Amino acid sequence: MSTATLMKPQKPWQASTQQRLISASVFLVAAAISYGVVAATPMKGKLAYVFVFFASLSVLDFFFHLVTRGISAAKDAVARTVVAFGICVAVLPIVSILATVFMRGYKGLHFGLFTHDMKLNSVSDPIAQGGLLHALIGSTILVLVALVISLPLGILTAVYMTEIRGRFMRPIKFLVQAMSGVPSIVAGLFILAAVVYPLTKSYSGFVGSLALSILMIPTIARTSEEVLLLIPNDLREAGVALGGTQWRTVAMVVVPAARSGLVTAMILGIARIAGETAPVLLLSGGGDQVNANPFSGPMGSLPFYIWKSYSVGTEESITRAWAAILVLLVIVLVLFISARLLSERRTNK
Amino acid sequence: MSQDLLSAVAPPAKREITTKPRFSDKVFRGVVTSGALSSLFILSLIFLFLAFQGFSVLRTEGFSFITTSSWQVVLDDAGNIDPTATVFGLGAMLVGTMLCAFIAIIVAVPISVLSALYLNFYAPAFLKKIMVAVVDLMAAFPSILFGLWGFFILMPSAEYWAKLLHHYLGFIPVFQLDPLVFTRSPFVAGLVLAIMVIPIVTSVSREVFSQTPLDRIQAAYALGATRWSMIRAVVLPYGRSGIVGGAMLGLGRAMGETVAVYTVLNVVYQVNWHVLLGAGGNVASMILLKFGEAGPQEIKALMAAGLILFLMTLVVNSIADFIVARSGGKGR
Repeated sequence: MSTATLMKPQKPWQASTQQRLISASVFLVAAAISYGVVAATPMKGKLAYVFVFFASLSVLDFFFHLVTRGISAAKDAVARTVVAFGICVAVLPIVSILATVFMRGYKGLHFGLFTHDMKLNSVSDPIAQGGLLHALIGSTILVLVALVISLPLGILTAVYMTEIRGRFMRPIKFLVQAMSGVPSIVAGLFILAAVVYPLTKSYSGFVGSLALSILMIPTIARTSEEVLLLIPNDLREAGVALGGTQWRTVAMVVVPAARSGLVTAMILGIARIAGETAPVLLLSGGGDQVNANPFSGPMGSLPFYIWKSYSVGTEESITRAWAAILVLLVIVLVLFISARLLSERRTNK
Repeated sequence: MSQDLLSAVAPPAKREITTKPRFSDKVFRGVVTSGALSSLFILSLIFLFLAFQGFSVLRTEGFSFITTSSWQVVLDDAGNIDPTATVFGLGAMLVGTMLCAFIAIIVAVPISVLSALYLNFYAPAFLKKIMVAVVDLMAAFPSILFGLWGFFILMPSAEYWAKLLHHYLGFIPVFQLDPLVFTRSPFVAGLVLAIMVIPIVTSVSREVFSQTPLDRIQAAYALGATRWSMIRAVVLPYGRSGIVGGAMLGLGRAMGETVAVYTVLNVVYQVNWHVLLGAGGNVASMILLKFGEAGPQEIKALMAAGLILFLMTLVVNSIADFIVARSGGKGR
């Protein structure tokens, strides 16, 4: 047994226990300094702690590494702290938004929210009365009609860019990008100028859906394009080699292979427009009762309900707005997470 | 006998081999191409209809629609619009649009670049996955949510920061203000826009950074570079144009934002360069504000304003796409 000659496997790239202890203590000292500074100076608020913490952490790190390892290591340490500060600042708002919506919206939730509309109530009534059934139904119809319009167009655009790759490919790619940058209010104004004033002359859910589909087409087209590009070329070649025409190959081989990805594209498109407010304010009006006909009469929607409750500004109405935002946010979250799960399952296969 | 058999199973007639597409393929290609041209169709329709509706206003106002800064509808005694006194000039709102969008970009770009660097080069694998999902999720939040959050949660803190800026940097002209009104200022609106833009700029920069050629990264490490000097020597020069493109994309988004700005900003029709003063606006929020009680003539002016906004965002987005497309794909 000559174990003495065997070297223990070493991992020199990993931090040793001593190094870990040192960095942990630097961390703790920085935390203590931030606590002390905020207590001693007139600075206030939770953000002050974060800011002072990162500032003192980078100063401590800099001098520690300057003494032990030299100037370039010290710069590296400061850069690490600053970069971590950047991601913290980027993520802080989202944490705050989620926390705020859940804390404030929670108070306005009750079961009647999903079974009543606002036909008999105003937004300033006690929260237990009325609900957002009309808004939920309206939003669903708006989204479905927009989906019926934009899903075929979006997928056709993606199929053109990945399967046909014709003469117009570059301009179309450019135009889809440009279209995804169209401000939502411009989409609303366009439908107003093109459809409402010359033709229908009244608010309806359908014209709202038209504006929403302008915003939805580029999202669906770009996501489906990415998905179709991931389908291996072997499948297309196999389809053609078996004697299939291009139409049969795309319809029977490529699109079924990309099915879950196309569903993801659809879900992301829905998430994009579910909370779109400006076109809905301009176009679909906002009734207070359930209106299931997209072609006549104003149609309520979640964003409009939030907007209206927020604008009134009484305590009850603002609680209503937060509750409706919570519902909207949960819908968006569910859509987003299901899109993620679907695309993850695809990439793992 | 065998002769008969052979003739009985004679090979089928020679098929014509051709590269000419079949009829079904022609139909397929036609349908797909026309569907794909829908984006061209819609974009040109947007331009045509807004130009058509806004034409009379644009013709009477001419170039001063962009340069002058007064928006007045004057009615004569009979209640009709007085054409000589009525002026539509978008200048103040154009200034406001650029001001808010630039504040957003100045705040968002450093944070986004740092986040993208963290996600690509510092984050452990499990954290990276979560963080990327979180940042993408933020891009999917509806804008009214940002508006309400900005109004109720961010505004008190932002007011405090604005007071700090005014107190310590008040000698710089843009931070001066005369009536000490800090609420609902372009500064706060710019911060909300910055938060809305961060996910976009982050994901574009992350994409570009991840395309940095691996051999150059490894070469830098092999020469003894620390992580930071590797980033400075390899990643940032490589990704510079991508960052600029991402920033332009964010600028386009920030210029067209309506509801969030309307909620946070005190929309007043005046030229306001002082970022901390609680007055200002952008084109989109002004359209929403004026639309409610607008008469036919003013609606035409709003359509013209929409056209200007559309063209502005189109130009900015095109430049951004051009830069981003050029930056990707090279190397490796």
